[in-house]
Amino acid sequence: MAELHVELVAADRKVWSGEATIVVARTTSGDIGVMPGHQPLLGVLESGPVTIRTTDGGTAVAAVHGGFISFADNKLSILAEVAELADEIDVERAERALERAKSDADAVAERRADVRLRAATGTH
Amino acid sequence: MGSQLRVYKRRIRSITATKKITKAMEMISASRIVKAQRQVAASTPYSSELTRAVTAVATGSNTKHPLTTEAEAPTRAAVLLITSDRGLAGGYSANAIKAADRLTERLRSEGKDVRSYIVGRKGVAYFSFREREITQSWTGFTDRPTYADAKAVASALIEAFTTATSEDGVDELHIVFTEFVSMMTQAPVDHRLLPLSLDTVEEAQEKKSDEILPLYDFEPSAEGVLDALLPRYVESRIYNALLQSAASEHAARRRAMKSATDNAEELIKSLTRLANAARQADITQEISEIVGGANALADATAGSD
Repeated sequence: MAELHVELVAADRKVWSGEATIVVARTTSGDIGVMPGHQPLLGVLESGPVTIRTTDGGTAVAAVHGGFISFADNKLSILAEVAELADEIDVERAERALERAKSDADAVAERRADVRLRAATGTH
Repeated sequence: MGSQLRVYKRRIRSITATKKITKAMEMISASRIVKAQRQVAASTPYSSELTRAVTAVATGSNTKHPLTTEAEAPTRAAVLLITSDRGLAGGYSANAIKAADRLTERLRSEGKDVRSYIVGRKGVAYFSFREREITQSWTGFTDRPTYADAKAVASALIEAFTTATSEDGVDELHIVFTEFVSMMTQAPVDHRLLPLSLDTVEEAQEKKSDEILPLYDFEPSAEGVLDALLPRYVESRIYNALLQSAASEHAARRRAMKSATDNAEELIKSLTRLANAARQADITQEISEIVGGANALADATAGSD
């Protein structure tokens, strides 16, 4: 099966890298799925979950806050200022952050916490 | 014990205590350099991918962007100077400040008004002591900068840059920081960060590889991508400068503390010699006093006979 190489990098570290069959991410103009052999692409990402289906059938989900997706030569890079894999996310902390953001009426923080929670619990 | 000897002993004790402190600082800095270097390495994938993306947009489209447009007659420039929060790092902060002063002189001679933005307590202290104007300053993170710190610095600078010159904005942005060349060499450098010249971005990219970039499909549009990309690029450049400065600061401090430890050792050695000589002199004097006293006694008894 055709596969593409994925590098998910945050500003201060490499979060995930490996082979995948499809990557779904949310750009400013909507969700986009990239499969091997996609046309070269450079897009702006929204705050949202990124789903990576790995070649061995597994799924890696990451919460990504702002950044870019770029694809060329079967190499996909996701550059994010902040990126966390689902299993790195502290659900309780995210819930607390969501509560706090709601009470402060901070829309950006609320969205960030919401994305984190959904990535961690797998409901998106 | 002679008073001379006591003075020497006291000085040796105090220098030994100082030596212990400098030795500890040397070892702390040595371990922090490694950490700082690791951070630089960890941020490399992001910045190189970002450079690649900027090059791709720049070559793939002829989009104009405020951050890449040169002002026709630049009249005001901003200088971002990165120094340290703490001293005891040899000439680290002083060298960066001197480089910034040189750059400021040059910009003034070109007829530009210079605004100073400073990172690090040492730079702030230098400027406020000389009663020079500081437009904005950030302190408290120079030995361990995070991306959020770089973002805060970058957003203030980008805002100043995008404001019209007539409304107190700036036309150019220069950055002065200390480049980490190697463990032994750190050199202050200055770069013009804004307006971004895409040629220099491309050069940086070409150095690494001669690959031909594909024609990208932009999502949502080339302008939209560039709009989002360029501020991130500036942030990542500032982040890189902060990280390199942190590594340089630790390296400079390690070197300064190593020579302080060496000097203390040298001082202890020569003071020990002097103390030994003083002790010997005391003993010699005592012996000659005893001998002299005995002789005098002997002479006196011989005389009375």
